[in-house]
Amino acid sequence: MLRYALLRLLGAIPTLLLVIVLAFLMVHAAPGGPFDEERALPADVAAKIEAAYHLDETLPQQFMRYMSGLLQGDLGPSFRYRDYTVSELIGSGFPVSLRLGLLAILLALLVGVGSGTIAALRQGSLLDRVVMSFAMTGISIPVFVVGPVLVLLFAVKLHWLPAGWSGTESVWKYLLPVITLALPQIAYIARLTRASMIDVLSRDFIRTARAQGLGTKAIIRFHALKPAMLPVLSYMGPAIAAILTGSVVVEEVFGIPGLGQFFVRGALNRDYTLVLGIVIFYATLIIALNLIVDILYGVIDPRVRHR
Amino acid sequence: MKKSAGVLLFILLLAIVGPWLSPNDYLGTNFDALLRSPQLAGMHLFGTDDLGRDLFVRTMLGIRVTLMVAVVASLVSLVIGVTYGAVAGYVGGRVDAVMMRFVDTLYALPFIFFVILLMVAFERNFLLIFVAIGAINWLDMARIVRGQTLSLREREFVDAARLTGVSTPRIIFRHIAPNLLGIVVVYVTLTIPQAILVESFLSFLGLGVQEPQTSLGALVDAGVNKMEGASWMLLIPASLLAVILMSFNFLGDALRDFFDAKHKQ
Repeated sequence: MLRYALLRLLGAIPTLLLVIVLAFLMVHAAPGGPFDEERALPADVAAKIEAAYHLDETLPQQFMRYMSGLLQGDLGPSFRYRDYTVSELIGSGFPVSLRLGLLAILLALLVGVGSGTIAALRQGSLLDRVVMSFAMTGISIPVFVVGPVLVLLFAVKLHWLPAGWSGTESVWKYLLPVITLALPQIAYIARLTRASMIDVLSRDFIRTARAQGLGTKAIIRFHALKPAMLPVLSYMGPAIAAILTGSVVVEEVFGIPGLGQFFVRGALNRDYTLVLGIVIFYATLIIALNLIVDILYGVIDPRVRHR
Repeated sequence: MKKSAGVLLFILLLAIVGPWLSPNDYLGTNFDALLRSPQLAGMHLFGTDDLGRDLFVRTMLGIRVTLMVAVVASLVSLVIGVTYGAVAGYVGGRVDAVMMRFVDTLYALPFIFFVILLMVAFERNFLLIFVAIGAINWLDMARIVRGQTLSLREREFVDAARLTGVSTPRIIFRHIAPNLLGIVVVYVTLTIPQAILVESFLSFLGLGVQEPQTSLGALVDAGVNKMEGASWMLLIPASLLAVILMSFNFLGDALRDFFDAKHKQ
């Protein structure tokens, strides 16, 4: 098991390096400097600014400087938010995004696995068809459509829930953003669970359990759930990536001061170091979580360890 | 399946013909008719926006742009994916292993963030949107094409071609590729909604199509800003986007089931 985990860890390192190099090169290949304003700066001022941000060095020098900073957790200064480092900005935005993301994943797993299992048990029934139509709809409608429509309905028209983030302390402000984020994932997980549960329930060991007189609840709980969860587990990697992408939109729509909002603001303001830092941070997070999913897969299904 | 195809065809026709039939154009501002709700007066079927522009024509234009970006991006991913997958599958061996390992690595990358990075680094260039979206969507295609090629290359007609001295690139493009058509068509139908999603996501964030051009994503974004007084500005483009995405997904799913069933026989 340890060997399997270590092999996976080694495999993740080149991916991470690739991400950093690609992102770094992309930002530095950009035409025009980060401080090009409408009014040209005097030459000596421009030179001083470039020297202060080490933009006068050669590309390999800059890369080495960036890498050594990165290893110490320093992503450099933000070009637009004066007096803040990128690490400070990430540190202030990430906890908010993390809370949202975790709640969304939890909700997606609970509702998705639950409704998928029920649909699988009543395959072909009206309930099954309703759940599956909902799932197809949930997959098709993008987060940036669901979010605003929910706000329009529940906050603007019905006044049941707060529309924004700031100005309210009630925990209800989490409800709409979390539902918006979770909805497409609920849909995917429900579809995956249904398909794999139907497959597992047709296996011989389930027939044996049933022949021994075990009830449906016990069969699901002790025999079917674990093997049926394997496809859902391998979907967790893409799900996390989708929730991170979704949180960029959700934070824009609901005005939540999280990492996604910094990312979009940075992108629109051409704050190169901030955008670069957040891309690297997101990528590291996704790769690390994929790694954890891979290792968990090995824990649940011993067969993959010995391949 | 027929229903989804019908809906898509109808929307496409509307997007092509609609702007001709309307007396309004997408640029014309009318400060006497700001934020009008959908009405027959002035033929503002979808209302007007905060600059008094006719939203029916703008929405039709948005659909055109969205569909065009999606189709071109899918073609880009089709060309990359089919070439990559067919070469890996046909050549096989160590080349195949390395090429597929590379695809696995790319799968782990958060591509959408790279697209945003690209948009930040190089001005928001229309062509770049096509290429960038196409470049992130070829991975699935490459995997599927490789799988099909692996079985195709063992078939007699490929042996025959090889024996008569046909070159490897020619075998791949003239003998293998045409036989991949069925599955490729299915996966393009599933790639198009993904491309639509990425394009409208970027436009929604203000990183995609730029004013006065528009796309469904950009229209949804404008609608969000005005939804408290003018809910039609959000609801019309949002529901059209949802219907288009749903139709493509249903169509793709149905085609895939059909193809799988045919394949199993």
